[in-house]
Amino acid sequence: MYLPIWKKLKYTLLILVLAREASVLKAAQISSTTEQDWVNQAIRFWTFTDSSIQIIAVGAILIGINCGLMGGYVVSRRLSMFGDTLSHAVLPGIAVGFMISQSKNEAALMLGATLSGFLGVSIIALLKRHTKMKEDSAMGLVLSGFYALGICLITYLQQSPNGGMSGLESYLFGSLVGLSTGDLLPLCICLSLIIVCFVLLNKELLLSGFDPSFARSVGLPVDILQYCIWLLLAFCIVSSLQVIGVVLVSALLIIPAATAGLLTYKMSRLLVYSGIIGAFSGIAGCFLSFMGERLPAGPVIVLCSTLLFLTVLFFSPTRGILPSWLRTRKRGQRIRCENTLKACYQVLEECSFSKQSFSQTSLARRRRKSAAETEREIEALIRQGYATRQESPTEQKSELPSETMVSLTPSGWEIATRMIRNHRLWELYLTKEASYAPDHVHDDAEKIEHIIGEKTVRQIERILDNPQRDPHGKLIPSQDDIDRGWLSPPLVVDK
Amino acid sequence: MLDFAEALLDPWSTQEQVIWNLQIVFMGMMVSLSCGLVGCFVVVRRMALLGDAVSHGILPGIVIAYLITDSLSIGPVWIGACLAGLGCGASIEWLRTKTPLREDAAMGLTFTSFFALGIVLLSLEAGATHLDPACFLYGEIGLTPLSPKLELWGLPSGNQALWNMGVVCLTTMISVIVFYRFLLVTSFDCSLARSLGMPVVWIQYGLMLLLALVVVASFESVGVILVLAMMILPPVSSAFLFHRLPSILICCLPLSIFYSVAGLHLAHYMNFPISASMALAGIVIFLPCCLLGPNGGILTNNRLQIREDSRDL
Repeated sequence: MYLPIWKKLKYTLLILVLAREASVLKAAQISSTTEQDWVNQAIRFWTFTDSSIQIIAVGAILIGINCGLMGGYVVSRRLSMFGDTLSHAVLPGIAVGFMISQSKNEAALMLGATLSGFLGVSIIALLKRHTKMKEDSAMGLVLSGFYALGICLITYLQQSPNGGMSGLESYLFGSLVGLSTGDLLPLCICLSLIIVCFVLLNKELLLSGFDPSFARSVGLPVDILQYCIWLLLAFCIVSSLQVIGVVLVSALLIIPAATAGLLTYKMSRLLVYSGIIGAFSGIAGCFLSFMGERLPAGPVIVLCSTLLFLTVLFFSPTRGILPSWLRTRKRGQRIRCENTLKACYQVLEECSFSKQSFSQTSLARRRRKSAAETEREIEALIRQGYATRQESPTEQKSELPSETMVSLTPSGWEIATRMIRNHRLWELYLTKEASYAPDHVHDDAEKIEHIIGEKTVRQIERILDNPQRDPHGKLIPSQDDIDRGWLSPPLVVDK
Repeated sequence: MLDFAEALLDPWSTQEQVIWNLQIVFMGMMVSLSCGLVGCFVVVRRMALLGDAVSHGILPGIVIAYLITDSLSIGPVWIGACLAGLGCGASIEWLRTKTPLREDAAMGLTFTSFFALGIVLLSLEAGATHLDPACFLYGEIGLTPLSPKLELWGLPSGNQALWNMGVVCLTTMISVIVFYRFLLVTSFDCSLARSLGMPVVWIQYGLMLLLALVVVASFESVGVILVLAMMILPPVSSAFLFHRLPSILICCLPLSIFYSVAGLHLAHYMNFPISASMALAGIVIFLPCCLLGPNGGILTNNRLQIREDSRDL
């Protein structure tokens, strides 16, 4: 009546249990030869000489494509956990299908599983519509409830005299090795169904997915479409289930689609990318599991897709974290540089451009920064060729080290003048056209001067009728001034 | 199969059985109570599936702790599991806030990857020991009475597993009572909480920590996935009965007693795993709540609407 007494720690049990699972999975790995040479192994895999390898590779690719395509739809509609729920909700259906057919009839199990998944999804929809429950609680409820029911039924069947339920555990973890040509058939059917559905109903699906109320107003049967998609999703999950297992099938739904979502915004492209990524992780996972000594295929496929996701997340050229961090850093450097150059201009403006160079301390005073900070800024300018530095020749009498004098190079001058021009034009534009108070415009101009393009500046100039002075009475340098090197072009001191 | 009345009485027929089953019932009660209390806040914050995510995400932590210490003692396994659970939570949070991914995708992506990593590590390192895989999936609450006996000051003072769970349960209750105001305000109105000067982010992390603790403590008795049932069922069922959060929280206690007692009997009657039958008992009590509950039940709602409609006419 009671379980036999195991006088061990609970954790011993737990770990041993996990280990057993591993051994179940170990049976699922593909590698079968004693060949030591991994090059030969790799060649053997990629030439697809063995028929078993062919079947497994085709199966993994098909599953990857199926789940990737469905996943594109699932993830873009924020239903990621929905796939997870669905994959757990099919369990009781498998048990019931077995009960009715009294055998491990593939078709019966699959039908039962699809229907039970569909039932679970419908219950979520009903709970959401008719009660105040939120979607996440409804999903959690259905997930755990159906799963509990499934486990109870499977346990019950395992105890029943006719037995034969032992294979059902493969639905929990999945195994690639047991894949036969017959198993490829549902996968192929599923793929063709998905493709037909997506191609024929592309516009309808897109519309009902992204703007259901508009779709309804146009007269599309949104609810029917929704249920069709759920049915298709359930079928996709069920057909992949015995290969990859309950938990990890949702990984294959989510991860390739999330990766594709990082690469593009367009739905059609997202679907294609996510199918390709799914197929690629499928074959890569298969290969690694084939090469490795004790690697189960399902989890390795998932880890491959995770790795791919992380690579894209960090290194994708447009939106990857690393490239955009570098871009931000570069932009920050440019803006700091431009601000220093602007301050240089203002220092020279204070003495009405009578001198061509200025001392480092006057710049520090202008920027209200310490000497060391100013030193660093000027170093940066010199490094980029915007300024040169020389010792002041005049003040040799004091024992103090002589004052360092800085002068701008022509390219430095050009940028400084341009910044000043952008800044003052924008200030004037705000006061004149947008009726800002003159003392409120500085901060805004301080930001826009770095971004505003040449074209916009000309437009502003035209609107303001080529103004001379900004709201504070200072001269606005014109484009002509910039081109000519303006007032007194500083002499470039030869080194 | 046993007769119904027999099934009701059978577990309590001899003294040995009474002691044995009482321990199981007590364990089940504490598990579902602590899960339910945390679950209330989790459900209110619409993070219900986080429990599922964390319970899967702890697997690599357990395996790594086992690999490092090469032992199965409780301490390292707990620390590993807690760290992995927190890592899972933190990575979901990071993906959600710092990348274009939405919350659901971040969650699904993280926990499945963690789980896959755990399985791969396990299959790489662990030997080919054979034992029933049922325990990990369904939990092993039926084995609670077998855990080693503790002796305090030379006195036999009960069951180690019960004490562990008791400490976790007590911690949960105390934290919920002490931080009740904070949890309440941050759950329902984040901006109000911020304007009151509450450390919203830290409360969020604290709740995550509590969640990880409860999940780690519970999953060995009710299994990985049914932790979620224990977390969602009590708040969701009682939300149909009561309107205010304190009543919902208090309602977790009778519900958890019902779950464990009914689960035990159901398991006894039908030979089901105990934890799964606890979840089934939860579903059984959820259905009338959902249909007839005074606070938003489907049928009561309709009746009210019909009454209102007729009044309008």
